Amino acid sequence: MQNTGMANQAAPAAFAPIEIDERGYYGEFGGAFIPEMLYPNVEELRERYLKIMYEPNFQLEFQQLLHDYVGRPTPLYLAERLSERYGARIYLKREDLCHTGAHKINNTIGQILMAKRLGKTRIIAETGAGQHGVATATVCALMGIECIVYMGAVDIERQAPNVARMKMLGAEVRPATSGSQTLKDATNEAIRDWINNPENTHYIIGSVVGPHPYPDMVARFQAVISEEIQWQLEEHTGRNHPDLVIACVGGGSNAAGAYYHFLNDQRVRLIAVEAAGKGVDSGHSAATSVLGTKGIIHGSRTLLMQTEDGQIVEPYSISAGLDYPGIGPLHAHLISTGRAEAVSITDDEALISAFELARTEGIIPALETAHAFSALNKIKFRHSDIIVINLSGRGDKDLAMYVEHLPRFAR
Amino acid sequence: MNRIQQLFEQKKSDVLNIYFTAGFPNLHDTEAIILALEQGGADLVEIGMPYSDPLADGTTIQESSMTALENGMTLPLLLEQIAAVRPKTTVPLVLMGYFNQVMQYGEERFFRQCKEVGVDGVILPDMPVYVYEEQFRSLFETLDLGISFLITPQTNEERIRQVDALTRGFIYMVSSSSITGAKSGISEQQLAYFNRVQALQLQHPRLIGFGISNHDTFSTACQYAQGAIIGSAFIKALAGLQPEQVPAATVAFVQAVRGVAS
Ligand SMILES: Cc1ncc(COP(=O)(O)O)c(C=O)c1O
Repeated sequence: MQNTGMANQAAPAAFAPIEIDERGYYGEFGGAFIPEMLYPNVEELRERYLKIMYEPNFQLEFQQLLHDYVGRPTPLYLAERLSERYGARIYLKREDLCHTGAHKINNTIGQILMAKRLGKTRIIAETGAGQHGVATATVCALMGIECIVYMGAVDIERQAPNVARMKMLGAEVRPATSGSQTLKDATNEAIRDWINNPENTHYIIGSVVGPHPYPDMVARFQAVISEEIQWQLEEHTGRNHPDLVIACVGGGSNAAGAYYHFLNDQRVRLIAVEAAGKGVDSGHSAATSVLGTKGIIHGSRTLLMQTEDGQIVEPYSISAGLDYPGIGPLHAHLISTGRAEAVSITDDEALISAFELARTEGIIPALETAHAFSALNKIKFRHSDIIVINLSGRGDKDLAMYVEHLPRFAR
Repeated sequence: MNRIQQLFEQKKSDVLNIYFTAGFPNLHDTEAIILALEQGGADLVEIGMPYSDPLADGTTIQESSMTALENGMTLPLLLEQIAAVRPKTTVPLVLMGYFNQVMQYGEERFFRQCKEVGVDGVILPDMPVYVYEEQFRSLFETLDLGISFLITPQTNEERIRQVDALTRGFIYMVSSSSITGAKSGISEQQLAYFNRVQALQLQHPRLIGFGISNHDTFSTACQYAQGAIIGSAFIKALAGLQPEQVPAATVAFVQAVRGVAS
């Protein structure tokens, strides 16, 4: 990854460049709304993260681990049968081929190196689908650092393979039993742990959420995705930008990474795919950009699902990684300014797309990722368009769910 | 001068502030609890506006908040309840909650409404200090509404002094690096922190909160500050009570903390 923030990119004159300000705002979204107990840690991170990230020896170690350990660059693959079916040129960015099976490890590698330089000796994380938990447990094992992962009790049930993986990697998995017992509650518990352990602990947040500087830091670690897309697309097609980038959005880290170098390139349409659950209006949904209003969740001013009285609403999605009532402030900004187009996909549509991808391309995607593929049915594009879909993770963890639905898709 | 400032003018030590979650254990206990706290000998009452995701609070307060929300507590109802009790008591009332609740109500509307119903001060642990300073400070001065910020053992001197300059009323001194209700007893380390802050000679009085639960911890805390705040321990004492049991239990709790035989 180069030392280029998005601010360095030329933007068309009429368009306000997408960048983060001093206090961590993208437009009106972001900031750090945290109790004083968190302030010293978050402030230390804010003061130091850019300096640390762009030290030559940090970059060297980061790049080397991404290459040798994670297996980057991940392929950009022209999905010919899918392209034929939908009538466009569709490329898949294969983050599912990262070590541990999802994009999440790009961020955890970055943050574990950050934590070491901050002198922290204990790591905590939250996880929904368990991919971020596994990615965190993995880098902690790699560095020999204690690791505690908070996971909603409901998610512990539905993502059992990842719970087993975390334990095998030596992490302690602590169930979050409050609220809907999913990602939001796991995040609350992780934040409480950090409040109780302010000296030795670093909190590795798994998405572009939380108080500033987390959204920006995580986006920068994930930006390697779009950086690779640029040169890989150039190799494939002779031009370094697609017409559309499609990614699913839970908190929004894989999307932020896939968009990053195109944020200020108006030629590129950005498609943000959210989980509609049982339907946007069903009362069982996680389609934050449709159902959400402005407010604060986990220390960030963003769009979130809440009551009129400001109580956070329990979200729902079949996919644990998208089952979150907020979105990162970058995405709130992109969607509310019209820079990104939001699409909502139901549980059922995602399942259909998962089976479709498995049978047209021989790739079993994560349930989260399957939502991104369903967007092909919802958006308009031209025959000549080059579309990049961020294949954020593989489906091993979701096999039990897929097997349950196998009879419907019997050949 | 508002009621909080008056209190600290008159009383320089052993100030007892008791927290409860509005709507817990029953929806309409607010008035009875406030009056009984005053009767028992509390100097200040801190009313928690129940929130779905109270990040700075521990399990006890979180669970009481869930119960309160299930009971049907809302911000408009709470403000109505406070307006009704205000003529019956002179005890200073402080509202504690999370900034998102205030944002949804409308910040300025909320602060004005607080003043109107007789709330004397607010505590919003996740409202950034600069947001207060730039957006609301002058409104608070106009309204003569109190505001307390938190300091912790990790808060450096520069920031403590910044907080001291902005405070209206008292400084909320978090006793240890912890969420509410997490620890009991007071350690050597905490005493060192209390002494360090005492030596700063701040302009505003301090109340020590988090981990204060009974007569002993209250008395110890009072040696290092003008007083202390009890929350989780009182919530535990109220858990499961019927409305008619609440007043006597409340008076008994406060008297036990004060060391008064009932
Ligand atoms: C494969 C995969 N994709 C996407 C997500 C959603 O997270 P984000 O929106 O931060 O990319 C997750 C989260 O667990 C995931 O495991």
